[in-house]
Amino acid sequence: MTPQTEQDLSELIKDAQGPLSIQGGGTRSYAHVAGDKVDMRAMSGITLYEPGAMTIVAKAGTPLSEINAALAAENQRLAFEPMDHRALLGSTGEPTIGGIVAANISGPRRISVGACRDFLLGVRFVDGAGNIVKNGGRVMKNVTGYDLVKLMSGAYGTLGVLTEVSLKVLPNVAQTGCVMLHGLNDALAIKAMSAALGSPFEVTGAAHLPQSIQGDPITMIRIEGFDASVKYRADRLRDLLKPFGDTTVQIGETDDGYGTHKGWKWVRDVTAFSDQPGDVWRISVKPSDAADIVAKLDATAVQYDWGGGLIWALTDGGDLRAKLGDFKGHATRIRGAGDAPVFHPEPTPIATISAGLRAKFDPRNILNKGLMA
Amino acid sequence: MKMPAPNASVLSRKDQIVSRLQAVLPENAVISDVAETRAYECDALTAYRCPPLCAVLPANTQEVAAVMKICHDMGVPVVPRGSGTSLAGGALPTADCVILGVAKMNGVIETNYPDRYITVQTGRTNLSVTGAVEEDGFFYAPDPSSQLACAIAGNIAMNSGGAHCLKYGVTTNNLLGVTMVMMDGSIVDIGGAYMDAGGLDLLGVICGSEGQLGVVTEATLRILPKPEGARPVLMGYDSNEVAGQVVTDIIKAGVLPVAIEFMDRPCIEATEAFAKAGYPMCEALLIVEVEGSDAEIDAQLALIMEIAAKHNPVELREAKSADEAARIWLGRKSAFGAMGQINDYMCLDGTIPVSQLPYVLRRIGEMSKEYGLGVGNVFHAGDGNMHPLILFDANKPGDLELCEAFGADILKLCVEVGGCLTGEHGVGIEKRDLMHTQYYPVDLEAQMAVKDVFDPAWLLNAAKVFPLDSSEARRAAGDH
Repeated sequence: MTPQTEQDLSELIKDAQGPLSIQGGGTRSYAHVAGDKVDMRAMSGITLYEPGAMTIVAKAGTPLSEINAALAAENQRLAFEPMDHRALLGSTGEPTIGGIVAANISGPRRISVGACRDFLLGVRFVDGAGNIVKNGGRVMKNVTGYDLVKLMSGAYGTLGVLTEVSLKVLPNVAQTGCVMLHGLNDALAIKAMSAALGSPFEVTGAAHLPQSIQGDPITMIRIEGFDASVKYRADRLRDLLKPFGDTTVQIGETDDGYGTHKGWKWVRDVTAFSDQPGDVWRISVKPSDAADIVAKLDATAVQYDWGGGLIWALTDGGDLRAKLGDFKGHATRIRGAGDAPVFHPEPTPIATISAGLRAKFDPRNILNKGLMA
Repeated sequence: MKMPAPNASVLSRKDQIVSRLQAVLPENAVISDVAETRAYECDALTAYRCPPLCAVLPANTQEVAAVMKICHDMGVPVVPRGSGTSLAGGALPTADCVILGVAKMNGVIETNYPDRYITVQTGRTNLSVTGAVEEDGFFYAPDPSSQLACAIAGNIAMNSGGAHCLKYGVTTNNLLGVTMVMMDGSIVDIGGAYMDAGGLDLLGVICGSEGQLGVVTEATLRILPKPEGARPVLMGYDSNEVAGQVVTDIIKAGVLPVAIEFMDRPCIEATEAFAKAGYPMCEALLIVEVEGSDAEIDAQLALIMEIAAKHNPVELREAKSADEAARIWLGRKSAFGAMGQINDYMCLDGTIPVSQLPYVLRRIGEMSKEYGLGVGNVFHAGDGNMHPLILFDANKPGDLELCEAFGADILKLCVEVGGCLTGEHGVGIEKRDLMHTQYYPVDLEAQMAVKDVFDPAWLLNAAKVFPLDSSEARRAAGDH
């Protein structure tokens, strides 16, 4: 089923006799969702773009590539750096903006500028009863009524099917630099990243790869901005990080290397795991807990982003959460099968609230049924 | 402003309710004497007042839970209160309610620099959160104008912003986790010192829910390293259109200032008379501030000054010292006080797309003549968050009503050009009945459905946010 308009979608949902599987580009299926497929790609197109107001509004099925091209023409970008899951999940197709918002997809820059949901200004959606609802708008500050915008981002279409999203965008940066530390163990690397993130030098990426392509651990600290400013901050960071070990600094683009756009894309997309078999987990924790948590995982490989706050783990199957027990944070299985639920089971009081919201927004439980709970 | 009639059954049970509350709280934590409850009869929207049934001042999450459980069991409405600085009437009591004040809960629970967060009790004031970490080089970014007085609880309820949110975002972008007491007295922990929700983003909908979903007693907040330095420039133009264009050009050029503030002529005149900051007399004045090391600031300001100069400014002044920087900010920071010297005023905070600034300012000027009431504009231009200050005389019969009608027209205009009723103050009672101009009934139903889940009996701050006719059936169903 391919709704052409919001009205189409509303009628389709009202008339549905069973579960519906909502799909944008189909590049991020963490699990199989039963039901008739609703293909959102026909509802496509940028409806408004005001570079001077740093705002873009687009229909949910708009390809990310179209948004990126429009923004690039005005020297702007989606600052939250959405990850591309295709290589990791072996999926094909073209990611849509609706899918990115529905799954609250961000990248390494999340640590400094915020997640997709932090840039989301407004949504239109059709709930599980077929009601067409709008919330938020297209202005940067808006506290008019409840913030359903945030609630819809990360709900994976289970509370409603997004039809249009409005996002804050930011200027592109003129220059990128990267300060790299070599050979650190995980605990020390996290301390180094915390030191960098706790400095005034506006770090926009902090990742640690215990095993780089060359085999040795590498810790990457990114800075962005005007050329002279990037060079200045790279120098200051280099001084600051001296106690942790030897650093190398890369300013600007070369063909290859960790500090380049290509290197950060490699981190963002967890490319290291893409051609390796096994389950892939994404674990959000307090950075200073990360190394101890990884020690319990018995993982085939790990990668740290967000200064240690995000752990990517490659495992040979089973329920990773069982190994962790009770910990502060949450783990989502991005790739793999098995009995363990994809999303982190919630404590009873929270699960009760979530179930209550689902019952209100999708009373027949037909939208991406069973995906989140 | 209409408020629902108090529940007679609750009023008749006052003694019983008070004694049950006294049984679970320390001495002096329950205020029930009629004269003393007057201290809680209004917030910063002082035009509306109503003493509550009683007020309670619990000292911790468990005491809040005990109060909520009693109120829930006895069917007593609760109105949470931070520091009472709401400009929208968010903490206005009803005669049948218990005011639950968090003022005693002002401690720091944990400070963690490696992970960059602080956990506080929510009665703590906004500025004292920064106060707890600034010696170590950190700060809490959201900075509402009332930051000296306003509590984190209220900041979370209203999703407060401030002058620097162009770069740092508003409360919701800086809130990592909460401990919240539900209306039935149960305690829930949502989020924590890690990023993003594992399931539905409940934190996202709690922030900005105006104390209608639960009482947040503890909050984990993101703290940031202080920048090396900051410096403002001041620019004056002889038309609002040109100043609006400068704002757009700066944003488009790829510089992201931490603040872009805008003042119009009536506001500049009032401010000069009051604070004597040495502002140029012109139609529109901009203050643009950037951050970084000295060299970085120089580079950014050079670009900004170049853009500013192209538009024929009547004045272009870069702060060369801390003293000069303070003078540039002096007028802006005294603006509300200055307007208050002239008359009583009502402060609105509708937000508009930045591109609509010149049109909206012109229309406000025209309406000002039609209504015969003066208005000054001072606002956060980078994000389109207006702050029209409408002057009126509270002692002149009919003036308040005229002012409210004018305010409503301004807010309708904001919605008409693609904006919203409120950017950072919240809906409260002030904009409650205007919600229909921004949302269809189905949109409001979706929001009210969220409250149904958290507070099925609609006991918590229920007469706010939603137009009374929209919420009537739900509130009536909750009446015992």
